[in-house]
Amino acid sequence: MNLFLEIKENFIISYKAITANKLRSFLATLGIVIGITSVTLMQTVIEGINRAFEKSISAVGADVLYVQKFEWFGKEDWSFYRNRKDITMNQYDYLERNIQTAASVCPSAGTSKTLKYRDFVLENVFVLGTTAAYQETFGANMEEGRFFTQKESDGGYPVCIIGMDIRKAFFENSDPIGKTIKIGTYSFRIIGVVEKQGSLLGLVSLDNRVIVPIERFFRLFGNKRSLSINIKAADINDLGETKEEVISIMRKARKVDYGERDDFGVNQQEAFKSTYESLTSLIKIIGSLITSLSLIVGSVGIANIMFVSVKERTKEIGIRKAIGAKKRTILLQFLIESVSICLLGGLIGLMISVPISLIINAFVLPTAMPLWVIILGLIVSVIFGVLAGFFPAYNAAKMNAVDSLRYE
Amino acid sequence: MENNLIDLKGIEKVYIMGTEVLYALKGVDLKINKNEYIAIMGPSGSGKSTLMNIIGCLDTPTGGEYFLNGKNVSEMDDDELAEIRNLEIGFVFQTFNLLARSNALHNVELPLIYKGLPKTERIEKAEEALYNVGLEDRMTHKPNELSGGQRQRVAIARALVNDPSIILADEPTGNLDTKTGQEIMQLLEELNQKGNTIIIVTHEEEIAMHAHRVVKIRDGKIESDVKSNKGRAMSERKEIII
Repeated sequence: MNLFLEIKENFIISYKAITANKLRSFLATLGIVIGITSVTLMQTVIEGINRAFEKSISAVGADVLYVQKFEWFGKEDWSFYRNRKDITMNQYDYLERNIQTAASVCPSAGTSKTLKYRDFVLENVFVLGTTAAYQETFGANMEEGRFFTQKESDGGYPVCIIGMDIRKAFFENSDPIGKTIKIGTYSFRIIGVVEKQGSLLGLVSLDNRVIVPIERFFRLFGNKRSLSINIKAADINDLGETKEEVISIMRKARKVDYGERDDFGVNQQEAFKSTYESLTSLIKIIGSLITSLSLIVGSVGIANIMFVSVKERTKEIGIRKAIGAKKRTILLQFLIESVSICLLGGLIGLMISVPISLIINAFVLPTAMPLWVIILGLIVSVIFGVLAGFFPAYNAAKMNAVDSLRYE
Repeated sequence: MENNLIDLKGIEKVYIMGTEVLYALKGVDLKINKNEYIAIMGPSGSGKSTLMNIIGCLDTPTGGEYFLNGKNVSEMDDDELAEIRNLEIGFVFQTFNLLARSNALHNVELPLIYKGLPKTERIEKAEEALYNVGLEDRMTHKPNELSGGQRQRVAIARALVNDPSIILADEPTGNLDTKTGQEIMQLLEELNQKGNTIIIVTHEEEIAMHAHRVVKIRDGKIESDVKSNKGRAMSERKEIII
């Protein structure tokens, strides 16, 4: 008897066996339903958290390199980085002139100041000094007005661009363009508003900032500070190449001797990602393990039911054997029955978890159940079906025909 | 040997239960030819059930040799025996042993499934077998919707469907009333006349009288082996007396 026909016949038999005991089959599969539901939902939530993270670091820019004194998530002591030489405008100019693989480069420096507009006061606003190239480097879109021009930037004009938080605080119901605000004690004219940026990792608001020409920034707030040189790669796929070039140019600019290690950091979004991965991977693994416990409990339930089912149908096994069923046929019969129950549980589980994932997506966390989770859910159901059914089926297969025929 | 359908040579069956050794069969020699109608008789504990299980390839002897159709089945493993049962032997049991959840047609189809026949051929053969036992209008009935006699007819149809060498009937009338029992015996008689080899295991003299040869077993040995040509005459006379 060929295997395909055997499997087909056994599916028919297991369909009959399952439908003959509807309530029992349902209760047996409940454990698998809960298991598959929780496992797939866990994966969906992990996916959601990953997406939320990706979104929260998107402002960093996947294709932007940051040359700074500090290395993000660096392993050395803080003072080690602090004692490095500052990154200066000269180094920026040198890099900007020599780099081949960059789409645009801009310097930036920052400090915290108090903002005033008429009677309104905002403390601890981040003031960012940069050049006109900032807009292209970070792809900053304007909500209103415009970014400053090369001329305004080089000439250090007293103009500024504000974030949405400031616009909301100062100009709830009026037009901010053309208005003058005070940064510290100095006046700046607002020429633009950057569209809403959200926050970095949900901690630092990127909308509570004001951007001014770096020339003026140095003149008013002091130029004894280390810059960040921000480089947008010409092609995100060649980010590594750009990074190599940046390192070699910066080493020249900072006169780092051959053999010495870099005295600057080239930071990128990747650093956030790898830190995030190392922090969350253990949590993800533990979460997955805990949810799979419910699957294991479920499959123990199936194994239990299968043992009972085999015992109950001893006579049937005897009849089938007397009529010519081989060991393999009987083994397959019960294995397929167990797999069918588990697969049914898996399908019901998915029918529950897919709508729940849509609800989570709509109200809690932007997520989606990845297709691989659905496929994995079904494969896992089959695997647990085989595990749960194997010993009961093996018991059935090795039953003695004479004894089982006599069984009442 | 070629003429013998069944050739048992010094068959022994020993059961070891803990420290006790039980000799169920103590060297049975028996030859059965094609188209015989034979009854195996004996009181309970005589070893007749063990003998039937061995003849039916449900069990293997611990000693001796058993040739069925010239094949030495005493040395076969479980799966080979399953195939022999499927192709060579049709069982009819006292308790019918039908699958409760399946209808008559599917029950009869079952041996053909294990044989590996395609669906259309299976259905055709199963329908024909049910027709031959007079159940053409009961094919879609499940066992609990059939009378005892009808159930046993389904079992006989199932036994016949694969065209086996032997029909092995174990107390086929044990669960039937006298009249229905007679009908079943009548059916077996007809099958024998059509050329089937039939072995009946029973402890009832009246049933054994239908056979053309009666083998009596006692204490694991053949006590007597009597051929009679009046089996059929006996059964007819019985009916007149009743």
